[in-house]
Amino acid sequence: MTSKNFRVLPGFRLTLGYTLLYLSLIVLIPLAGVFLKTSTLSWEQFWDTVTALRALASYRLSFGASFLAALTNVFCGVLVAWVLVRYEFFGKKIVDALVDMPFALPTAVAGITLTSLYAPGGWIGGLLAPLGVKVAFTQLGVFIALTFIGLPFIVRTVQPVLEDFDPEIEEAAASLGASRWQTFRRVVLPQLYPAVLTGFSLAFARALGEYGSVVFIAGNMPMKTEITPLLIITKLEQYDYAGATALAVVMLVGSFAILLTVNLLQWRSSRHQAPI
Amino acid sequence: MGETTTFFRAAARRDLRRRATAESHWVRRVLVAVALLFLGIFLVLPLIAVFAEGLHKGLGYYLNTFRDPRTLSAITLTFIVAGISVPLNCVFGVAAAWAIAKFDYRGKNILITLIDLPFSVSPVIAGLIYVLLFGAPGPFWNWLSDHDIKIIFAVPGIVLATTFVTFPFVARELIPLMEAQGRTEEEAARVLGASGWQTFWRVTLPNIKWGLLYGVILCNARAMGEFGAVSVVSGHISGGVGTLGTMTIPLRIEVLYNEYNTTGAFALASLLAFLGLVTLALKTWIERKKTAALHAAEMDLRA
Repeated sequence: MTSKNFRVLPGFRLTLGYTLLYLSLIVLIPLAGVFLKTSTLSWEQFWDTVTALRALASYRLSFGASFLAALTNVFCGVLVAWVLVRYEFFGKKIVDALVDMPFALPTAVAGITLTSLYAPGGWIGGLLAPLGVKVAFTQLGVFIALTFIGLPFIVRTVQPVLEDFDPEIEEAAASLGASRWQTFRRVVLPQLYPAVLTGFSLAFARALGEYGSVVFIAGNMPMKTEITPLLIITKLEQYDYAGATALAVVMLVGSFAILLTVNLLQWRSSRHQAPI
Repeated sequence: MGETTTFFRAAARRDLRRRATAESHWVRRVLVAVALLFLGIFLVLPLIAVFAEGLHKGLGYYLNTFRDPRTLSAITLTFIVAGISVPLNCVFGVAAAWAIAKFDYRGKNILITLIDLPFSVSPVIAGLIYVLLFGAPGPFWNWLSDHDIKIIFAVPGIVLATTFVTFPFVARELIPLMEAQGRTEEEAARVLGASGWQTFWRVTLPNIKWGLLYGVILCNARAMGEFGAVSVVSGHISGGVGTLGTMTIPLRIEVLYNEYNTTGAFALASLLAFLGLVTLALKTWIERKKTAALHAAEMDLRA
């Protein structure tokens, strides 16, 4: 009788051992160092650092702008995915490939480019200046940069779901008398929610930690346009390692909490929704 | 006469069907126009702006940027760093995908989540963790300085930080691919007497080559363009003739930009933007190959 643990294919110990070793050395042990370092602070020191007015202002901007940018991308991303899947138009394949541009363009390049576009003398900033709208070096600039880097996440999670969508479901809705808008709102959209939620959380988490594309356009004024990752770097440059680490812990806990919440929501919605 | 009536009826039915599951012409046009306008302003305009700003002062000035030894050493360093980080993560990705896709055991989902972890960590924090570990306040600092080994504010730190931020790219591409392909082909090879390595080189690798290449290309693009993590560990030491320094291309762009040499910054940025466009083109090409390969595998399974 063969043992239940008998494995036909070789290399289990080698590959799993190597995977765990490399994962520990590069990711797990260095990340654990952040939490160890924070434990050298007393609770009061930690609390004072993470609730300093300047830190609170940076969370407000980082979390607020990331949330709004991800929300904007939900609408624009679903629209782009819909247009790419459902309609034919000239140059569609190139447009489809271009959607990944924010992934392929290094963040520093995106940062200086968006700054020059939206600065008062820039191509877009010059048009907005007479209207009294300032983008570069304001919180609006942070929002623009975060929208730019978050766009592909929503499009690329929604697109495959739309592609696999069974047209018969829409035909059934139409034959039962639903208008096109009703069909979209009541039949198509609910099917997209899990993908939209995943895309939203990915874009949100990415925007929270984003540095390169934001620092140039933000202007980096403490209390006004300073994002949390920049505040961490400022503290590092002042050799305040403990302070930088405390802020890093807040950010890490924040982004893990977002991912966990979304995973739980998805798990719940997949349990409550009858499979089609 | 009867024939024409049938034709019109069929056309009318087609029209009804179209209206039932598709939007009217003007709705389509408006939606396409809005989407293209949005993408044009957000994606195409920045791309044009990079090259326009770089060539702003003429081709001579543009090319001059690339004659500066500090810029040249930044380009060299970027290629060295990507040349180390990408192969490291590539070997890891293959090993991890093999360990996850070819065997059954508990805790696999936790392992996959942990492999994805670097994607949800800010690049700034990715740099910070190595400063805490190997920098002045860290546990290894005394030993490292006794032996005159520099990690932080030196090339090894840049390699480590880059490896961290590009860690999941190859693995997360290969794991679902190898899981979808199953184990039967490898098992057949083993039964027919192939050794483990023969099985890997002759059966597994040809099956995963497009997925592997895809992961490597994305990994490389990120490795060459990483800014935040590298910025924290770099120390910003300019290289020159004969010295490498600790400036990668993105850091050099920042320095040029902050020195108000905007045209120079954009000239160098256009090099990275060009690499980005090449990445997109390769990515699109491989995606087509990959779906074709996956499709063929599915047909094989059905047969």
